[in-house]
Amino acid sequence: MIDALRLTAEEAKKLLDAREISGAELFAAYAERDDDLHAFLYRCDDPGGDGIPIALKDVIGTKGVPTTAGSKILESYLPVYDATVAANCKRHGLRLLGKTNTDEFAMGSSTENSAFGPSRNPWDPARVPGGSGGGSAAAVSGGLAPWALGSDTGGSIKQPSALCGNVGLRPTYGTVSRFGVVAFASSLDQVGPVAKNVRDCAYLYSIIAGRDANDTTTVEVPEVELPTAQDLKGMRIGVPTEMNEADGIEPGVSAAVRKAIELAESLGAEVGECSLPRSVDYGVACYYLVAPAEASSNLARYDGARYGLRSDGDDFREMVMATRHDGLGDEPKRRIMIGTYALSSGYYDAYYGKAQRVRTMIRREHAEVFEKFDLIVSPTSPTVAFAIGEKAGNPLAMYLNDLLTIPSCMAGLPGLNIPCGLSEGLPVGLQLIGPQFAENTLFRAGHALEQALGFDVVPERLR
Amino acid sequence: MAGISKDEVLHVARLARLELSEDEVARFQEQLSAILDAVSKVSELDLADVPPTAHPLEIENAWAEDEPRPCLSLDDVFANAPERDDDYFRMPPA
Repeated sequence: MIDALRLTAEEAKKLLDAREISGAELFAAYAERDDDLHAFLYRCDDPGGDGIPIALKDVIGTKGVPTTAGSKILESYLPVYDATVAANCKRHGLRLLGKTNTDEFAMGSSTENSAFGPSRNPWDPARVPGGSGGGSAAAVSGGLAPWALGSDTGGSIKQPSALCGNVGLRPTYGTVSRFGVVAFASSLDQVGPVAKNVRDCAYLYSIIAGRDANDTTTVEVPEVELPTAQDLKGMRIGVPTEMNEADGIEPGVSAAVRKAIELAESLGAEVGECSLPRSVDYGVACYYLVAPAEASSNLARYDGARYGLRSDGDDFREMVMATRHDGLGDEPKRRIMIGTYALSSGYYDAYYGKAQRVRTMIRREHAEVFEKFDLIVSPTSPTVAFAIGEKAGNPLAMYLNDLLTIPSCMAGLPGLNIPCGLSEGLPVGLQLIGPQFAENTLFRAGHALEQALGFDVVPERLR
Repeated sequence: MAGISKDEVLHVARLARLELSEDEVARFQEQLSAILDAVSKVSELDLADVPPTAHPLEIENAWAEDEPRPCLSLDDVFANAPERDDDYFRMPPA
């Protein structure tokens, strides 16, 4: 009997290698479960083979398998080639379970912006799973996939992992290819793993990371080490005051994170306070200029000309305008307009130009902190999972979900979420951030903490 | 930041090739005003001496040999085309 809710990818591989289960049995253990969480937009048939199954966020192009990015404008789009990360998964024998739900074009923090309806949180189906990669996080915690890939621009891997109680890595910018991935904000977008534990997360990262000639922003990546250490001896962990005492952090979230920090100390880490004085204060404003500006350019390609939806129009311009009106939802429209405004003549210097300088300031503040610390920690999300509909009418309130994940994204830094406890019966996420290319440090610290915390990743109501 | 007027919403939408309904114009005017007000926070800082960041990694130009390699077939290229006319994408008149 395969326990789809609990089985890690590493355990699955052992069972497959020992021939205790067949590839078909393993695939069926996930594929035959009812998706009452609406984690998937599309589920695949078993392609055969003995590899570990995987779910991919629906922004990742998959040859011959629908790839919608959660948008009506791509509802009938069928990629004719695989994204590099999808090809890497195939090369390692990983079998595609399906494509997971996402806020439209990965713009959102709850999956409520998906044109195909929201996903639900496995811990409480009345609540959001986070976003944009809520489908991948819900699938992993809901026993619908052993692991998954997401994409992260300002927190879309880390925040859903926090809200669903699993492990998610936003890798260092440039370590994972975006070739074939639907673009949102290209100076920020990164693909990364979502898993049930840190070792699986590290292993999946090793499968997708590396230079790709088809994405010139990618670089050579240090060899990934699967973590084994149980202690944190010699590890210097910084606790940025502003990220741990920000307005809006729920008391239950603070308490769980504080406990995890104390635990780190008892495992041998040297814990000290530090400061990112302006990164938290100005991070969200900076992000919501830079990301929409890039999005307004990236989404210009959805013009009804070569692929995707086409609406009727008497001339080319009218056709384009009608297509974009009919095919794009409110959030992409808002971001396209904010971005267009911020880049337009007369406003460029005051908005986009200024945001780019704030970005430099954020990078410098982080670099300074990492002169003294190996990594820094904070809550991943200021709150636990909120109710579906609670913030849907207020885009600005929704943007503040990303308060603590955004600063390190702006600086191109890797961030790992691990579950560190419960508040009101819902998972709390601990965010570990390191300097560029410090994934191995994050895995080591995350693994040691995970062992000591003993968090049960199976949602209580499903045990 | 005083917000964004209805005319400005329409102007920006036109620049972005977005057709908006009356209802959308009203909704977006309110929402975009609130968002622009919040992001205007970046102008509080004096950063004249700070250079801009466009990209978080210090990387050099990536060069590739200019050699032909296999590419998509024409049938693949047109596989998702709303309207194909021989080897062209068919469009409404400009």
